[in-house]
Parts: sequence; C-alpha cells; structure tokens
Amino acid sequence: MRKSCRANITGLLLAVTVLGIPAFAQRDITGEWGPRFHEDQPERIPGPEIGDYLGLPINDAARLRGDSWDASLLTLPEHQCKPHPADYGPRGPANLRIWREIDPATQQVVAYHTHISWQAPERTIWMDGRPHPPEYAAHTWQGFSTGKWEGDMLTVTTTHLKIGWIRRNGIPRSDRGTLVEHWIRHDNNLTLVSIVTDPVYLTEPFIRTTDWMLEPDQQIAPYPCEAVTEVERPLGVVPHHLPGTNPFLLEFPTRFQIPPQATRGGAETMYPEYAEKLKTLPKPPAPVKK
Amino acid sequence: MNTTFQLALAGFLLIGAVTAQTPAPAAAPANAARAAQNFDNVEVHVLPVQGNVYMLVGAGGNIAVQVGKEGVLVVDTSFAQMADKVLAAIRTLSDKPIQYIINTHVHPDHIGGNEKLAKAGKSIVGGNFVANVGQEAASTANIIAHENVMNRMSAPTGAIAPTPSAAWPTDTYFTASKDMFFNGEAIQLFHEANAHTDGDSIVFFRRSDVVVAGDIFTPATYPFIDLARGGNIQGIVKGLNHIIDITVPAEKQEGGTYVIPGHGRLCDEADVVEYRDMVTIVRDRVLDMVKKGMTLAQVKAAKPTMDYDPLYAPENPAAVDRFVEGVYNSLAPKK
Repeated sequence: MRKSCRANITGLLLAVTVLGIPAFAQRDITGEWGPRFHEDQPERIPGPEIGDYLGLPINDAARLRGDSWDASLLTLPEHQCKPHPADYGPRGPANLRIWREIDPATQQVVAYHTHISWQAPERTIWMDGRPHPPEYAAHTWQGFSTGKWEGDMLTVTTTHLKIGWIRRNGIPRSDRGTLVEHWIRHDNNLTLVSIVTDPVYLTEPFIRTTDWMLEPDQQIAPYPCEAVTEVERPLGVVPHHLPGTNPFLLEFPTRFQIPPQATRGGAETMYPEYAEKLKTLPKPPAPVKK
Repeated sequence: MNTTFQLALAGFLLIGAVTAQTPAPAAAPANAARAAQNFDNVEVHVLPVQGNVYMLVGAGGNIAVQVGKEGVLVVDTSFAQMADKVLAAIRTLSDKPIQYIINTHVHPDHIGGNEKLAKAGKSIVGGNFVANVGQEAASTANIIAHENVMNRMSAPTGAIAPTPSAAWPTDTYFTASKDMFFNGEAIQLFHEANAHTDGDSIVFFRRSDVVVAGDIFTPATYPFIDLARGGNIQGIVKGLNHIIDITVPAEKQEGGTYVIPGHGRLCDEADVVEYRDMVTIVRDRVLDMVKKGMTLAQVKAAKPTMDYDPLYAPENPAAVDRFVEGVYNSLAPKK
C-alpha cells in the first residue's frame, strides 16, 4: 500500500472516530417500505388454517395450546385491540416506516424507530449501548430492543416481550422468549431475518425472513382501535376448546390432502429431509364433494 | 409461589398447627425452616410505577409504596427478615413517616415486616380514640386488612396466636370494600372473597392508576389456592375478572392502569388477561372432569395443565400437583 493511500485511510478513520461519522458498513435503512408477500403468503394474508402447525419447532405444550384455541377469544373486548408483538408484526399487513433519532450534540444515532400499519405498533431500537431492564420491569408488546451494526447488517436483540404468538392460530410464544433480528438492505430491498427463541414452547430457534421494497411515496393511515362488546356473554367466559373436542383440526389436512401427522408440526417439519418422510405418511380421506 | 415463600409458608403453617397445642417445641422446626433461608444477599430493588406509587422487589411478596406530602403508605411488608432492607428502600423515597400499612392477605411473605415497619411509623390520632386507647397509639403506623386476616393472625383469649400482636392489623374491614384518601389520592380496598385465601384485598390507587393485586395474581407461577385458609379457584377467577374490570389499558391494550402482582414483574391489564384466561381454561377443564365423576388421581393423570406447565411451573411437578389439587378440591362435591 502506498504511503499516501495509507495516510488518507488513517485520516478518514480518524475523522470517523472524532467527528462521529457513521462507519462505512452502516446502511441507511430509514424510509418508507412496502411489504412483499411472496414468502408464506397463505399464512400471512388470508391467515393460517386452524391446526396448521407445519414448519413450527413446537413442543407438546404449544400443540395443546393451539388445539385449545378458539378464534372467538378475539371477540372479547380485552383481546380486541392487541397489536402483534414485535416478532409477529412484520408478518402481517406491515407497511413499514423506519426513522432515526439523532443526538443533536454528538450527531450519533441514539435509536431507530419503526412504525407498522396494522394496529400501528411502534418500536424503539436503542443504539446507544444502554442495558436491558431488569426482569421485574414491565413487559410490552414490542419488548425492549437494542441494536448494533455488524458489517452491513443491523442486528437487534429484543427481550421483555409480553406473551404473544408465532402463528395466528393459537400457537404461543412465552414471555421468556427472545428475538434476534438481522436487518439487511440490498439496493431498494430490505430483508428481515428474525430468530425467535423460546425455552417454554419451542424446541429449536424459529427462523423466518420477511421482505419489503422502498416506497418513498407510501402513506400509512392511522389505525385507531376501540374495544366493544361484540358478543354478549356472562362475565368471565373465555372461549376455548376442551382437550380432544376441537372439531376443526382435521379440516386443514383434509382440504389440502396433507398427512395429519405432519400438520402437528415439530422441529423435523422445518427441514427439507422431511419431504421424504411426508411421502410415507398416510393422507386423510379426500373431502366429499357436495 | 417461589421456593423461599414455600419454605416460609411451611414454617408458618407448622407454627399455626402446632402452637395451638404445644407452643414451645413449635419454634424449633419453624426457625429451622427460616434459618435455611439466607436473606443476607437479597437486595431490595425500587421500581417507579407511575404517579406516587413505587414497587419494591426482593425476597417475599412484592411491596407497593405510595409517597406524598402526608407521609408513606405501604402495601405488604415482605418477610420479617427483610424489614430493615425494606425500610431502607422506603427511606430512599421519602423521609416522612409510614402512616399506613395495608396487608393484601395473611401469608408471612406479605405480613412478616408488619411489626418493624409499623414501629418505624406513626399515626395521626385524636378525639375519642386517644381517650380510649391512649396517645401511644400514635407511635406506630396503622395496619389495615380484611377482618379475616386479623382473625388468622390472632387467637382467642387464652390461646397462643401465630403472630405477635404488634404485627396485627389495627384497622380491619368486613365489608366488600373500604375507601381511604391519603396523599391527595383516593384509595380503594376491595375484598376478593375466598380467592387465594379468605382475607384477600386488592388495593386500587385511583389517581396514580395502579392496582396492587396480592397473590390472586402471580404472573410467573400458578396461583396458590390456600384451601385451608378459605381459598378457592372460583374466587381467584372472580378476583382476576374484577381486576380486569377496574383496569383500563391505554392505546392498544398496553399500559394505562398498571398492576403490581403478589410476586413477579410489573404488569398491566393484558398480562392479567393472559393469566385469567389460563386460570379459567384450567378451571373449565377440571370442572368438566369433575362432572364426569373423575377422581383427583384420574384428573392428575389427564394432565389438565400440560400446556401451561412449562410456563407457570417449569420442571416443578410438585407445583403442578398443588395447583391441580387446589382446583379439583375447590370444585369437587364436598363429602
């Protein structure tokens, strides 16, 4: 390396350090981002089928939670205005806005903020190195997030999540679950790799990717929510199916002619090798045409 | 219910059971149980909740502290062994006297510090009260609880009480609720009948917008149904629904009214809803089995809490058994 070049690099690094100019590796992930649904569209937009646990590394406890879940639960006023938690929000109708918070004195990025269209959840990803709160602090739908740049990739760690869900058919994620995200920009595409770890309901980390494209003209509408009484019930009724009584669990394998055993999920259903096993499992009887 | 509490409760139950007949030897096992706990390294952490209310977290049950111009009000007092540390934590919030102590229920991890904290406080007294009981009543804080707490801490004349008289409530109520006004804030106590025990109160700080739930709500563990002290699963469900009724979430089912649980982290309505759903679902499952005539052994074998065990009793089959037994014995026809 020539001396002049070396001197230039040294000077540049000094300027980055002293003046707080962002390092080369950091990418600008701010802006308006429109969601793309080419991955997992049936689950994300129309919504998952009852009893479809395919590809989820769940344990028996999570399976029973799913089997017991009754969608009527969401008619209870206290359930109506729940936003998706941080680990599920990007999966839904997720027009996304990301903006930076900059310390006016140091010009350093203190935090990134995100806003998602459905139920309008807003997150803060702290970039200033602050610690996560103690365990006795409140948990929130969006949790407590801290981020750091790893090359071109923003890696975010989130704790203090409320009990949530990893699929919208009753498969839960506990409040001991944590989320690691990698935000990666390629040109005008933004990819989020999210990894959910849950010692309560998952046997392996659950990894998903979600994509957006830059849409500078995007306008996100407000999303107010008012809980109302949709169904009059005696006080304290919680809709659910008693174990072994959910009549809808076989609809999914029957309709799509998938072995019922496969729809029960589990870590092995995440991997390509499972396709071979799938061929050996009995399919349900074909649905009767009316 | 954590291990520390279980040990202490075991000791407490032992004292209560034994002192009625043979008071002297009872102290030995109880002291042994307490001696097995080491409170030396336990810290008391202070978490601002909102308004005038703070949450103190350490060994034992959570403590709520309300501070203001008039003085200090404390809800629950943790273990006796923690009293000095609790007092020191309170002094970081206010140097004014502790005027009121409220007990949510009778268990030792919630009333243990009553005596020491009351003696560190003072009351404003006057009128006929002074004439009747003397000015010395002003030298301690008032201790408020439901009447059933007093009944279980004290004993009939001639019998030996399970707790010293200086720790007893000085001000009890036997109605469905009790109102107070302190530090510029309306405070409501609601009796949640036959829930965790038969003497449970929840405390609602109306201006600060904070509910103190006691052990009706313990978000990290199954509820302990103290059947021997009048607890019942139906009362716990009712109490949780009452908390949901009086809490109002802010935007998107989060924040708004905060809830300090008997044990565990600071919560809001959404957390109580999740817990209420679990307790109700388990109650419904066990009730269905009871209606089918299943025995307790058969109900346990059917694992009606299997999907919640790793969340509320991870690797703790004894806690699972205790909860299922509590639910079953609440619902099964009495023989």
